[in-house]
Amino acid sequence: MFRYILRRLLQMVLAFFGTTLIVYALMFAGQGDPIQALAGERPVTAAQRAYLTEKYHLDATGVGGFFYRYFDYVRSLLQGDLGQSLTGRQIGDILQAAWPVTLKLALIALAVAIIFGVTAGVIAGIRRASIFDNSTLVLTLLVLGIPTIVLAPLAQYFLGVKWQLFPPTAGSDPTFYALLLPGIVLGSLSLATALRLTRTSVAENLRADYVRTARSKGLVKRRIVTVHVLRNSLIPVVTFLGVELGNLMSGAIITEGVFNIPGVGFNLFRGIRTEDGPLVVGIVSVLVVVYLVSNLVVDVLYAVLDPRIRYE
Amino acid sequence: MSDFETVAATENQAARRGPSGEPGTPNQIGAPQKPRSLAGDAWRDLRRNPIFWISLTLVVVFTLMALAPGLFTANSPNDCLLSRQHAGPSGGAIFGYDFQGCDTYSRAVYGTRASLLVGALAALGTGIIALVVGMLAGYFGRWVDAVLSRVIDVVLGIPLLLAAIVLLKRVSSDSQNARIAAVIFVLAILGWTTAARVVRSSVITAKEQDYVAAARMLGAGNGRIMWRHILPNSLAPAIVVLTIALGSFIAAEATLSFLGIGLKAPTISWGQDIDTGRIHMREAATPLIVPSAFLALTVLAFIMLGDAIRDAFDPKLR
Repeated sequence: MFRYILRRLLQMVLAFFGTTLIVYALMFAGQGDPIQALAGERPVTAAQRAYLTEKYHLDATGVGGFFYRYFDYVRSLLQGDLGQSLTGRQIGDILQAAWPVTLKLALIALAVAIIFGVTAGVIAGIRRASIFDNSTLVLTLLVLGIPTIVLAPLAQYFLGVKWQLFPPTAGSDPTFYALLLPGIVLGSLSLATALRLTRTSVAENLRADYVRTARSKGLVKRRIVTVHVLRNSLIPVVTFLGVELGNLMSGAIITEGVFNIPGVGFNLFRGIRTEDGPLVVGIVSVLVVVYLVSNLVVDVLYAVLDPRIRYE
Repeated sequence: MSDFETVAATENQAARRGPSGEPGTPNQIGAPQKPRSLAGDAWRDLRRNPIFWISLTLVVVFTLMALAPGLFTANSPNDCLLSRQHAGPSGGAIFGYDFQGCDTYSRAVYGTRASLLVGALAALGTGIIALVVGMLAGYFGRWVDAVLSRVIDVVLGIPLLLAAIVLLKRVSSDSQNARIAAVIFVLAILGWTTAARVVRSSVITAKEQDYVAAARMLGAGNGRIMWRHILPNSLAPAIVVLTIALGSFIAAEATLSFLGIGLKAPTISWGQDIDTGRIHMREAATPLIVPSAFLALTVLAFIMLGDAIRDAFDPKLR
């Protein structure tokens, strides 16, 4: 177990340096003149140039200089110093204000996925090949196939603008009610995946030997399903939902952008629109770290939950 | 996009099994008719599956639309007059006009080409990378497999949309072809991992077969065995995965164009039109709904087609 965690941790460190190196190399290295790029169209005096060169160690050239600056970037990233956006705000402050909103939205989406997805998945798995099963399969295929950029604006138009069941946009400091529709839209993908996973897993476990043993012992079906089958079937679902929480926190760019929710994804959406390079890099760097860490936690959790997984 | 792929990968190892080109089971003596091969069985199942026919029809229609958009609409997508802004249907414009006064339907029809082109070429690129990596890892095993599998793990750990944003922000060129090429490159370089895993596991199965041992005994080299014997047998599962991936690449391209970092005007793309339509949805909804419907139908058609074929080849799933 310990060795497994260690190995997984090393793998994550590798992935972390790999991705941050790519992000860094693409965004900052190989540009013509970084100082001029920072200043935009305005002229740069010799004193300013000397100061910036000194501050960012731009005088070191070649591979050594590149890696020196890269590790500088990684160090400030790990210390939580993300620099300033082009508007002059600290990116750390922007993220601090945005995280709670994004987390709230992600939790709503996750709740939607658990309540509807897992329940329907269990029913579909038990009644395999029934009308319920077949219709949920088609429905989930539809949900999985329709991109968020179609789902979010259409939900906003029909449910928010036309029939006015929900507030069409959230705005600053959103209420739970305003986050409900975006949460459902965001959660629909995880709902569909959770449903399919639960269904397959329940159906597979129903055919397992221990279920036959339980049945021959004379246990009632309800007890077999709730105690024996569910416990084993929910292992992959739990881990999936764990990964999904990480995904939802980082993947809400479209939903937050469309519904005007001031979360992390919305800031990234705006950063892309306003060509705010430092803001985009800062947020992407943080999101990559969140994604990697949540994947690690889930993999370890999976090994703890399911003893059948070998740690080597 | 990867959402569907993860489902495809986790929910079942579908494509890992049945290579379609497997030589038929030996004839049983006295059997009245020739026994059906796996491919024959699959085809028989597919013929009776309405979802297969619906999605196939949609794929054919959209491909035709991409090749010859003039067959579907007489209006030019670039014939825009501000005086017709959000005007109702008239002439050939069955869905009316958008914010810029362009024919909504015609723009959606002409938008098919860029989407399908990006989707198909990205799937092709993905397929090539996946075949090479999966073949090397599966065939040679040992340290080659160890190294390539770790590479797959790392690339799989990169969130697609975030990485695509960073990569595409570097592309400053606004020329039409350069942007299309950039989007295809980015999607292919980030999206090949699922297919590579599928190829790898089917290669591992295929290389243990008797005909591979026979070829080796006849003196065939590694290259010949891989090319002539293993490749044809691991192609079918890869094609199924790639059909589904094609659908997700179209969705990913639309998402990037929606964000404003994918395809840009003058290329007509659904993602951009959905974004413009979304902003003006209170004045007129059709410019939002029409490209949305086109995009959703195309993506669904490819995903359902791949899903139907996979189900037919892997009866265990049903």
